[in-house]
Amino acid sequence: MEAAVLTDRFPRTQVLPAQDMPTYQVAGEDLLETVRFLRDAQGFDLLADLCGIDWKDRTPRFGVVIHLLSTTHKEYVRLHVGAVHDAVPSVSSLHPGANWHEREAFDMFGIRFDGHPDPRRILMWDAYPYHPLRKDFPLAGIEVPFPAADVAEVTGQSVKPAPMMGGPFVSPGGKMSEGEPSALDQSWNEEKPKA
Amino acid sequence: MGGCPNLRQTTMVKSDFGYNSKVEGEVIVTRADAVVNWVRSHSVWPMPMGLACCAIELMGAGGSRFDISRFGMEVMRFSPRQADCMIVAGTVTYKMAEVVRRIYDQMAEPKWVVAMGACASTGGMYRSYATLQGVDNIVPVDIYISGCPPRPEALLDGMMLLQEKIRQEGGSLKRTFRGRTVETKIVR
Repeated sequence: MEAAVLTDRFPRTQVLPAQDMPTYQVAGEDLLETVRFLRDAQGFDLLADLCGIDWKDRTPRFGVVIHLLSTTHKEYVRLHVGAVHDAVPSVSSLHPGANWHEREAFDMFGIRFDGHPDPRRILMWDAYPYHPLRKDFPLAGIEVPFPAADVAEVTGQSVKPAPMMGGPFVSPGGKMSEGEPSALDQSWNEEKPKA
Repeated sequence: MGGCPNLRQTTMVKSDFGYNSKVEGEVIVTRADAVVNWVRSHSVWPMPMGLACCAIELMGAGGSRFDISRFGMEVMRFSPRQADCMIVAGTVTYKMAEVVRRIYDQMAEPKWVVAMGACASTGGMYRSYATLQGVDNIVPVDIYISGCPPRPEALLDGMMLLQEKIRQEGGSLKRTFRGRTVETKIVR
């Protein structure tokens, strides 16, 4: 598919530089029509992936990336949609397989998918107050109440930040060390909060 | 019953007090606890709480090559009402922790818990917001098995340790949790 096919039909669409497959920046208003056009007229009939991105410093902060595959032409296309006001249209009406992907993107990033038939969390429990894959969320987690109040009462437990100091994932460093670099950063942990 | 090592231990010096076939015929004197524990230790019905890759090794231990039925434990029950030993095999997330505790509470006394592998014992390599750092935070654990995942031999070794522990138990149903004796409270 030539890039002009898409950019002529949807003037707000821009070509993004990418090394592996044609990539487009799509406006949220055009997303449903773009995906429908790609599915019905261009043969991109399989939604391979849908995921969220936290760009941290950009506006809009969050984005959604959709990979579409044409099973007839054997080619991929990638669409990026900025989540204006943290919301993008849901494509699960066009590709039912997007349903759980969108729930996961909502769970992990807090991106709302307008028109989603079942906008619940999918990995964390329903009452969980945070979105853990956001850049400002610490890997160790933040203390919150246990998912079930009666179990919390019996066990006296809460959801605690995981210990991040020491352990098998902190390598000593040096020439031969291939350890997890983020584990070497001990500037903040469960004893010293992140600045 | 004469072949059970535990019963042999409980008889005292043979010549004076213990089993003397000339005097007692087919009678054996022992403690009731020892008989009960002997029976319990050889009919442990595991509840396979398979949550991750450890469950694959658990299945391996149940297969013919490793054959957990040699220890009377082949009756894996997926109903907590029919099981008395929960083998927590895998990563316990906070979302699943609630279920693990509820299933534990539904199991009939006496009951035991085996934490199989690094994740169930300590959270393992999952130092993250989503993972319970050791199942002993929510249920009293009797045996911890190291490994990631432990091989079936390690599981069998742990289960033999559990048998040893069962044989040494008193008749009480009281359990200890984090060092203090607790009443069993049922969560429904």
